[in-house]
Amino acid sequence: MSLWSELNRNVFKRTSTFALVVAGGTFFFERTFEVISVGIFESINKGKLWKDIKHKYEE
Amino acid sequence: MAATVGRICGARLLKNYGLVGPQVCQLSTNAQGWTKSRKLLLSTLGVIGGGAGALLFALEQSVDASGTEAHPYHQPWSHNGLFQALDHASVRRGYEVYKQVCKACHSLQYVAFRNLVNVTHTEAEAKAEAAEVMIKDGPDEEGNYFERPGKLSDYFPSPYPNENAARAANNGAYPPDLSLIVLGRKGGEDYIFSLLTGYTEPPAGVVLREGQNYNPYFPGGAIAMAQVLFDEAAEYSDGTPATASQLAKDVSTFLRWCSEPELDDRRLMTIKAIGIFSTLAAIVYYYKRHKWSTLKSRKLAYKPVSKK
Repeated sequence: MSLWSELNRNVFKRTSTFALVVAGGTFFFERTFEVISVGIFESINKGKLWKDIKHKYEE
Repeated sequence: MAATVGRICGARLLKNYGLVGPQVCQLSTNAQGWTKSRKLLLSTLGVIGGGAGALLFALEQSVDASGTEAHPYHQPWSHNGLFQALDHASVRRGYEVYKQVCKACHSLQYVAFRNLVNVTHTEAEAKAEAAEVMIKDGPDEEGNYFERPGKLSDYFPSPYPNENAARAANNGAYPPDLSLIVLGRKGGEDYIFSLLTGYTEPPAGVVLREGQNYNPYFPGGAIAMAQVLFDEAAEYSDGTPATASQLAKDVSTFLRWCSEPELDDRRLMTIKAIGIFSTLAAIVYYYKRHKWSTLKSRKLAYKPVSKK
């Protein structure tokens, strides 16, 4: 039995498990996507952002 | 919503206008593609739209060329580009220039001290900056207005109580509020930089009235503001040499931040939008192939009725 049909039988067929997977998937997708995007942004702008210069002004 | 649309124009949505695509057209001898009048209408619309756009562009160019003012040179700002955030060290220095030089005449009434927190200053530093100025507040219990040291929630105090006072103090000219000046002037921070560093002696034939100065970047050339940025006109706390062009660059960056404090968020949002939309495009592409696979791989067979 392939992985896909296994998934289909155990997860996607029942609305309750399907909704649970959607909610959980959304959470993990959003977190990963956010972390990756911010990582790209901060590596492009290294040295220009407030987080890169704030150590000079904090006690 | 969808039901309403369906009720009103259901039949029309189902009708084939011949726009679905060449595959469907080829499958049916009925579809003739666009009719002659439809082609004519669309090409007329296209020509009119393109012509209007070209005319507007040409007019705008000729207006640019007809003035006497110099056009600002495009500077290589560190925040130019789709993904480039503001240089916060520069914004912080620009704030120092505003505080030491510009503040004497120009208000910055839509920026509050709390906006500086975690952008150019720590919270403690921003509180100290706010406490340095006196803010008019009131009325108190007896109905009197009073002055108190500023708090984080206060906006930057204006140098003059109203426009008339500002005009009276400046030879009739009103120093504009700087909160949105970069968005409000053509050329943005390039214009601000050129204006601040572009003061010259008036060329022969240009007569200036008393209190006016000559600046080729200012429309008309005669500007009431005198040159204020010279080498060492302000002091930087981080030890950067305070040359006139450095001061102008930093204050322009600061004013860009004032006009567009969401710039960094927008640059980040660009990255996110590219990521999300390319994912969606891949999904839509796959889904289209998936749904069309039956349509594209089908065969139509003509089976003649057998004659006995």
